[in-house]
Amino acid sequence: MDLSQLNTGLLAVLPEILLLALGFVVIGADLVIGANHKRALGGFTTLGMLVVLIVIGVQSAPLVAGAQAQPALGNMVVGDLTTQLFRGMFVIAGALTCLISMDFKSLKQAGEYYGLVTFAVLGMCLMAAASDIIMLYVALETTSISLYLLAGYLRGVPLSSEAGMKYFLFGAFTSTILLYGLSLLYGFTGQTEYGALVDALRSQVASLGPDSVLPTVVVVILILVGFGFKVAAVPFHMWTPDVYEGAPTPITAFISVASKAAGFAVLLRVFLTVFAPLQDQWVTLISILAVLTMTLGNLLAIPQRNIKRLLAYSSIAQAGYVLIGVASVTSGANAVFGPASALFYLGVYMLTNIAAFVVVVVVTNETGTENLYEMAGLSKRSFWLALGMMLAMLSLGGVPPLAGFFAKFYVFQAAVGSGLVWLAIVGVLNAILGLYYYLIVIRVIFVDPSQGELTAVRMPLTLRTGLFVTTAGILILGVLVTPWYNLVTQAAMTLVGGS
Amino acid sequence: MDFPFLTVITFTPIVAAVILLLLPSDKKTLLKTIALIATAICLALSIVVFVTYDQQAGATDPARQFQFQEQVPWVPSLGISYHVGADGINLPMILLTGIVAFGGVMISWGIEDRTREFFTFFMLLVAGVFGVFVSLDLFLLLFFYELSIFPMYILIATWGSTRKEYAAMKLTLYLLIGSIVALVGVLAIYFSATTPDGQRSFDLLVLRASNIPIEVARFWFLPIFLGFGVLAGIWPFHSWSPDGHVAAPTAVSMIHAGVLMKLGAYAALRTGVEVLPQAAREWLPFVILLVAVNVVYGASIAMVQRDFKYVIGFSSVSHMGLVTMGFATLNQTGLNGAVMQMFSHGVMTALFFSVVGLVYDRAHTRDIPSLGGMVKVLPVAAIAFIVGGLVSMGMPGLSGFVAELQVFMGVWEGNVVAVWYPWVAIISALGIILTAAYVMRVTGLVFFGKFDEHKWHDMRPANVLDKTALVMFCATMIVVGVLPTLMMNMIQAGTTPFIARLLGG
Repeated sequence: MDLSQLNTGLLAVLPEILLLALGFVVIGADLVIGANHKRALGGFTTLGMLVVLIVIGVQSAPLVAGAQAQPALGNMVVGDLTTQLFRGMFVIAGALTCLISMDFKSLKQAGEYYGLVTFAVLGMCLMAAASDIIMLYVALETTSISLYLLAGYLRGVPLSSEAGMKYFLFGAFTSTILLYGLSLLYGFTGQTEYGALVDALRSQVASLGPDSVLPTVVVVILILVGFGFKVAAVPFHMWTPDVYEGAPTPITAFISVASKAAGFAVLLRVFLTVFAPLQDQWVTLISILAVLTMTLGNLLAIPQRNIKRLLAYSSIAQAGYVLIGVASVTSGANAVFGPASALFYLGVYMLTNIAAFVVVVVVTNETGTENLYEMAGLSKRSFWLALGMMLAMLSLGGVPPLAGFFAKFYVFQAAVGSGLVWLAIVGVLNAILGLYYYLIVIRVIFVDPSQGELTAVRMPLTLRTGLFVTTAGILILGVLVTPWYNLVTQAAMTLVGGS
Repeated sequence: MDFPFLTVITFTPIVAAVILLLLPSDKKTLLKTIALIATAICLALSIVVFVTYDQQAGATDPARQFQFQEQVPWVPSLGISYHVGADGINLPMILLTGIVAFGGVMISWGIEDRTREFFTFFMLLVAGVFGVFVSLDLFLLLFFYELSIFPMYILIATWGSTRKEYAAMKLTLYLLIGSIVALVGVLAIYFSATTPDGQRSFDLLVLRASNIPIEVARFWFLPIFLGFGVLAGIWPFHSWSPDGHVAAPTAVSMIHAGVLMKLGAYAALRTGVEVLPQAAREWLPFVILLVAVNVVYGASIAMVQRDFKYVIGFSSVSHMGLVTMGFATLNQTGLNGAVMQMFSHGVMTALFFSVVGLVYDRAHTRDIPSLGGMVKVLPVAAIAFIVGGLVSMGMPGLSGFVAELQVFMGVWEGNVVAVWYPWVAIISALGIILTAAYVMRVTGLVFFGKFDEHKWHDMRPANVLDKTALVMFCATMIVVGVLPTLMMNMIQAGTTPFIARLLGG
């Protein structure tokens, strides 16, 4: 490798390098800063992430203009538009998480916390960029370990420790299965790099015929277990409610959007490129997973009384809709719809879910309870807060003019376009099921009479900013669909172009 | 470019909603005035659009069928655009929405609980309704359609009465299931249509000129037609409607039964019948059997209700059956009648619900046997109710007659379509007799009979705004009934090209 190759290689992972530096600075500063000034670290991390976001934007400009990204660092990473979009999403999610953590009561004295968030974002960015199964695994573990620590961050709170432990055990278990799948994949093909893997798989399928793909299908299933854990798809979702409930609320928001999106980043890339020769087999698999995930998530969300658990099950269901987009593979002009709709959905879902969790942060700060029904009368205590929650719920439910409507519409459109009409119908019926409990949340906030006295809710500037940015995003993306739509379409082109 | 009438009509309520949100919630009169002004602007512009539409050109020149068109690309690569336009079928609907929304604000003047929120959601609802009627792009239509369903939930659940949360949820879920099934149907049509220029499009004008495989059309016609038909209260998907109407606050019942149900019928007509004419010709003769049940069943159930508002709720089910029946005649007479019925029933039922609201606000009960002699306190309301009742029975000289007569003539003419059409006409005529019976029963029991001086000694009479709204509704029905050509020429201009396409395409 000569110097110029190293240069382009390092440029390809520039966001990760910056994040690494940011993480170290934060952790270093944490050692010297007094306990009462740690909040400033949150602000610093947020700003640092925004700088990284700008770098990502600058790096993406030539890609949007049509430049092709080549694998770099010995084919370990690829910085194409899909990678960049995911990096952008992770960094935005990370920045918002730091922002809303600053005034979260239990995290007042947290310093290294922000460093851990940064490292988690770093791992996610690498997951999206990975184009080699070794890189993929290392990135995935970097993310997971940071998240285990964050989930159990509140050492004094038993629920949080339990969440950290549960998350760790489930994560370690599924990650082992994933590793087993990856090693089998290497065993069958002798390759670790995506491009070489797909060639090897294709020639195997071609030479041995479709009947002999069974061993490779086993590999697909093992790998799907690992990814299914990250995206919290049924039946690998069992950890979700407890971890979401126990983790500090900003981390719950972070896990529910960024970690899930990272799971989808690898899922999309690996399945659409590496496993393209086995498409027929895994489309059925993912469709079944989508149906289970949506239906079970929605059904179990209905009886929940804890708002964080409700959002946990809701986020399981939301992953199901994204899976519809993943399953909608086809050839020809419609091919781009599937992955594009999944990307579109993830972006919208990220903003929406963070908005919902900002409201939860404010409410728990104020009342100390996470019971949904204690939120009764919220619209009288703070109309804007209630409005924010309403917009988030409606967007999750897919009601126009919010972004969730077009996102759902696009996913169903992709399904119909790829011939999966039945999946679209299951999806739309689930959308109704989902709307049922989102409407219940809205009813509690707007209609139910409140129990106690109606004191006005205080919202610190950080949370206010977080809520404003996310809800404005939901509204704008709902009406001005085109910019984000064009971006995801272009990114999806690079994904399906490879198959 | 001409003045964008339709856009202004649709977006005025949205702008008003945003202004309302930004104002302090304790300035109630100001808030109400803004809502009133916004709906007044909509009404005035609807009248302008109605009057200036070139009917001659609309009926004969295919390029001028839709006037006041505006088209802005929205998501060009998917063939989605903001495309609005008006023809002789949706103009009466736009006018109707203008009238009912304006009247609705006047009737809601007494809302004191969270006034700002009420009118904000009300404005969103009105905007959604206008949006559906003006849309010429199926995506846009679905967008507005769902936009108009959600505010209903909040409005009913918060300001409603009588099992309001149950009714609100039931209504929302029913309507959304219908619309979302229709959405999948629209997507299926979208992907299978071969458009003239080869580009996929959600545009109504493009889709109806496209070649859609007949198997696809045959399969998806019913999901689309009945999916939207849920909102039109087609039996057996009607059960949300009486519950929803009864639970809703007065103004919302008015918009709901008056306008929103027409939204369902209109969307079924535009997306189902207009885009898939051949499938419509095959399926509608069977659909008419369902809606015959609507007419008779709705009226019979209305007959035996104790709750004043349920009577009106079920009467809507019955009357909306006549609208769909008109569509199913597949001839121009019937279709004219159906569109006329949409307009006439819209105004009539808005009037009914406002009267019910006036009585309920004062008596705090809607139990028919315990009411009586209301004419003493509410003479104007009583007269208005009688006028409405006559319209609903189809009394000549009023708008209902013009509508119902044509629907029945259309059904009778329809015996070329299927042998059972005359029987449908005969059986449905029974519905009219039942209508006369329940209208007279309710009028007699509620407005006449013994007035309980002791119980209702402090009843206050209707205020000026209420009376204005009632007079406006009555005047509309009488004017259209006496001079039916005012409305019929417009409808004729809309149905002529429509029916030519339906029978030819």
